[in-house]
Amino acid sequence: MSGSRRLLIIGGIALAVWGMSYGLWYAVFAEHQALDTIGSSLAGSFAAAADRNPVVMETSLEQYREAKYVYDRQVDVHGHWIGLAMLLIVLGIGFDRVNFPERLKLFLAMGLLVGAVVFPLGVLLQTFSHGPLPRAIAIAGSGFVIGSLLGATIGVVARGSSPARVD
Amino acid sequence: MPTKIYSPQLQALTDDPPTGQSERGEFAPFGARRLFLLGGIGLILTGMIFGDIFAVFTLHQNAARVGANLAAAANAALAGNRQAVLANFQNVGAFLENRGTKVDTHVHMIDFGYLALLLAILQPWVALPDGLKKKLAWIFLAGAWLLPVSVYLIHYVGLAHSPMKTIGWASIAADFGGLLVLLATFACLIGLWMHFRGKRGQPADGLPSDRSAEGRLLFAGGLALILLGFFHGAYYAAADLYKHEAQDYSLLAQMSAGAAAGARPVVNNALTGYGQLQGAKAVNIAAHAHSIEFGLLAIMLAFFQPYVSLSARWKRSSAAVLLAGSLLLPVCVPLEIRYGLVAGGIADFGGLLIILALLVMWIGILRYPGTPGVSVTSSPESRVPQ
Repeated sequence: MSGSRRLLIIGGIALAVWGMSYGLWYAVFAEHQALDTIGSSLAGSFAAAADRNPVVMETSLEQYREAKYVYDRQVDVHGHWIGLAMLLIVLGIGFDRVNFPERLKLFLAMGLLVGAVVFPLGVLLQTFSHGPLPRAIAIAGSGFVIGSLLGATIGVVARGSSPARVD
Repeated sequence: MPTKIYSPQLQALTDDPPTGQSERGEFAPFGARRLFLLGGIGLILTGMIFGDIFAVFTLHQNAARVGANLAAAANAALAGNRQAVLANFQNVGAFLENRGTKVDTHVHMIDFGYLALLLAILQPWVALPDGLKKKLAWIFLAGAWLLPVSVYLIHYVGLAHSPMKTIGWASIAADFGGLLVLLATFACLIGLWMHFRGKRGQPADGLPSDRSAEGRLLFAGGLALILLGFFHGAYYAAADLYKHEAQDYSLLAQMSAGAAAGARPVVNNALTGYGQLQGAKAVNIAAHAHSIEFGLLAIMLAFFQPYVSLSARWKRSSAAVLLAGSLLLPVCVPLEIRYGLVAGGIADFGGLLIILALLVMWIGILRYPGTPGVSVTSSPESRVPQ
């Protein structure tokens, strides 16, 4: 098996197991609490509005915003790690269809793997910091994935020394 | 008469024992590979049919109830009635949980189906005894069914007789299902590690080398769908995601501040805007996710075309129908905002096309004889059982 295929398949499976473990941990230890916070803070804000208490209203709404922001990203991270892992494995299996030299294919495979790890990691880091760095990491990760996938697609369409063709 | 183009890989396949050799055990009627494959497509089919039924009969009605209760809560705040606010939010929570568990059922069933297809593809590289691989396939499928069914029941079982404060029995069963899937996947990973550690040669598996017309169509079409989904996701993240998050907060703030100030028009405007915002977010996320998921499905099915025991015409037609539906659905879902039910109906029709194509392929795989001597690299016509 070529190095690029091996990198995609093994990296993808490791990432899938990591993503599933992360999701399981999140579901057991964090998700229910997060949903409780989201619901209670929003209800608390409206109840404070009914009491004409603007201070509690704003505090509750701010708490809702922060909890929702973190929850959305946690779910995104879980879903994207597993989804991208699947893509890596599937592409790894069919990577012989990419009609490029092995060195370029290895480069594309590394780009895909780095992007698949870094993009959700950047999203996860946004739950710790609202600054520009985590966002830049996420954008860079998604750029790696899109660029490498575009390269692989061109390689599939390109007329090269496609192996094992049976027409 | 098919034309065979020489390549070293094809030669290697010829030099090895016949490609069917290693997979005979796995693709026997109850072999690990066929279990993963049929079970995976079955999960995807069931998840999609459930999703369609849910979308038609529950999703919109549920969204209307959520909206109505949120409006009632805002109006109760306007009237200064704290108890009514909390009661309406309890209703919102119940409706959202109901909706959330239905969506989770749909999503997990389909995702586990995808994972099963992946594991089916990887079986020749999993260096474990056939009997153990078969057991792992059954454990995986048991967990893959247990989790979504239990998640579906969370709304109905609630916290009844639960030993825990926030997690009910249905959630515990769902987590156990997830654990089974995780264990089976992890065991397969160990098998793969053993394969690579042992420096064994390339397993005799002709599936990745298959270049049939329907396989190439599905592979190329699948890649195009994934790219479409990535571009759409990147555009949405850059143009709308943060704007939508800010709007979500500001509209809720307008609602509560308007209610505290007794300004009914402000509350009503914010409620209308909030409903539209939720719709816009939902269709964009659905289009992004579905495009990529259907692309992945097409690529995975491309590998298994040699096992679809149907005539070449049926195989090509089902591949084309699958791709047409996979494009139609994510393209039409965002158009629902502008064109309403017409676009929604076309999107549902796209989903139906995918279901039909999958069903045809599933039947074809079920018909595959899995007998010695059936080569997976022979021409499509020669693979049709007589």
